[in-house]
Amino acid sequence: MPSPAAAAAAAAQGYGKPMALPAVIFIRRDASFAAALRQRFRILDLYATGQSLGAFLAAAAAASDPPRAAVVAAGGPVRVDAAFLDAVPSLRCVVSTAAGVDHIDLHECARRGVVVANSGRVYSTDVADYAVGMLIDVLRRVSAAERFVRRGLWPVQGDYPLGSKVHFFTSLGGKRVGIIGLGNIGSLIAKRLQAFGCVIYYNSTRPKDSVPYKYFPNVIGLASESDVLVVACALNKETRHIVNKDVLEALGKDGVIINVGRGANVDEAEMVRALQEGRIAGAGLDVFENEPAVPAELLSMDNVVLSPHVAVQTSESRSDLRDHTIANLEAFFSGKPLLSPVLPQYSKVNGTDR
Amino acid sequence: MESLGVLMLDPMDDYLKQELGRRFQLLRLWDAPPDRHDDFLRANAESIRAVVTGGGSGADAALIDALPGLEIIASYSVGVDRVDLPRCRERGIRVTNTPGVLTDDVADLAVGLAIAALRRIPQADRYLRAGQWKDNGDYPLTTRFSGKRVGIIGLGRIGLAIAKRGEGFDCPVSYYQRRDLAHANYTYYPTVVELARNSDVLVVACSLNEQSRRIVDREVIEALGPRGVLVNIGRGGHVDEPELVSALVDGRLGGAGLDVYADEPDVPEALMALDNVVLAPHMGSGSLETRTAMADLVLGNLEAHVLKKPLLTPVV
Repeated sequence: MPSPAAAAAAAAQGYGKPMALPAVIFIRRDASFAAALRQRFRILDLYATGQSLGAFLAAAAAASDPPRAAVVAAGGPVRVDAAFLDAVPSLRCVVSTAAGVDHIDLHECARRGVVVANSGRVYSTDVADYAVGMLIDVLRRVSAAERFVRRGLWPVQGDYPLGSKVHFFTSLGGKRVGIIGLGNIGSLIAKRLQAFGCVIYYNSTRPKDSVPYKYFPNVIGLASESDVLVVACALNKETRHIVNKDVLEALGKDGVIINVGRGANVDEAEMVRALQEGRIAGAGLDVFENEPAVPAELLSMDNVVLSPHVAVQTSESRSDLRDHTIANLEAFFSGKPLLSPVLPQYSKVNGTDR
Repeated sequence: MESLGVLMLDPMDDYLKQELGRRFQLLRLWDAPPDRHDDFLRANAESIRAVVTGGGSGADAALIDALPGLEIIASYSVGVDRVDLPRCRERGIRVTNTPGVLTDDVADLAVGLAIAALRRIPQADRYLRAGQWKDNGDYPLTTRFSGKRVGIIGLGRIGLAIAKRGEGFDCPVSYYQRRDLAHANYTYYPTVVELARNSDVLVVACSLNEQSRRIVDREVIEALGPRGVLVNIGRGGHVDEPELVSALVDGRLGGAGLDVYADEPDVPEALMALDNVVLAPHMGSGSLETRTAMADLVLGNLEAHVLKKPLLTPVV
């Protein structure tokens, strides 16, 4: 069967019967992404139609060439559940634009033989880079020092952080970094930090034989022997508040937490209290439990680095996501294996290996 | 330990100050008001045999000449560009610095500044604290750090440490210095302009001397270009600062991560007004561990001098 591109080319040149581009449902508020996909697929864009989900799916199913694939963004209001799949029986493939697939009912898909793909490694590098950047920032006080300089305090108060009343500023070398979740992201963080002389420990559902890092079967144990705890796991039932009061206690007053996972991986209220009371030394947080709301107490703290969920947000990852999504769709339509399939037996960790 | 008369030029570090006071006869220049420094030196000249200075203070000819009994200058820094080394050689005065112990911290900050500049970490933090996430929505896209071409001026201890960290991010590394080291993994460029032209991030990591003063000039800045980022963890004197500021304002240079400036602690107002720079207050060696190790080297060098043993880290 010719590829969609070849079919389109053939149609454009008038060879034989014109073959329509395959129809694909597109559910994401991203007109330029839809435009990029339109070069290869007939895009049915929910948000462009302004219809309700029900009406949109019914119309899609009723068309003469109903869609066999759907691209559905994570973190939005739409769930690909039994009702969704019932509404469009032609659907055989669902592609998430994120690593997470908690908006997709994997068991229902498996039951119907619907294959599911996620964003694979598209975001991993940028998230790993941001985690490392935040870690350096917290330990060496880059953002805090920036504030010091921009407020004109350097000529007035002298050296920073040495001259100031700052107690926590410390080298990366020799620091024990405990990574929660040694999947794509966690592995890249580990590789980067090793070059800085950090010692890498980790926790995950299973130990990984191929890595040289020390494994800890539970997070409290990991925290008690770590100087920095990095949250790099997916969010699911097991990992909700995986960093809780006991873990923070074990991390201790010279400990730092870096979160590039999901806000709900950490008991946010407990963490804020621990920071206020000096029971941990600092934090680098890209995610929060109720974004875009950030606990007010954090906003005046000098020993935390805060960011508005930007770890994945580079122009490179945007274009990588498009390329990767197109590649998954083209693989599907050519009868080839998906590049980044999510298999139902990993549904417990939502497709990302922790 | 005989009582070596030591003049400390500025407070620098509490631990160092305490230990100098404990082990030697310590005189503190800042005990006298700035306009009485000359009097202070005159009054104490006979007893001062050692000077402890920092990278910024240095020790110029005037100071050296005011101290006829001076035998050794121990700098609490690796850079000694502000110590009049020729004058020291003339007088037979020894000079020591603090190499090695701060290499990793400086390299860590260099990479930290590069990531901060490209991914706008402090800017995004400011955005969030100002309530913009709620009011204005998502922070704009930045650019990936991994894989960016890193060009290093000076492949000494610090340059090599930066290169090693860059490799962890799959950054192709290239370098300029006077001598081609024929390094297996890093590409050599015979001029700084060519290095800049082939780099996305240009890092200044060499020492400051006659040849390297203003080594980052307008031509180099423009070769680095509108998407390029300059990281300076060397000395402010390495860069033509007015040109740098103008290029950043115009957009002829994409961004910068700066730890050093021409006239510390004064940072040009024009730089403070920019959102595409990350400004640090000369804290490359700013960790408790490194500051202690640097102080111990200063103390160790002074003690070796007193005991007539080989100096630990002599420059002269």
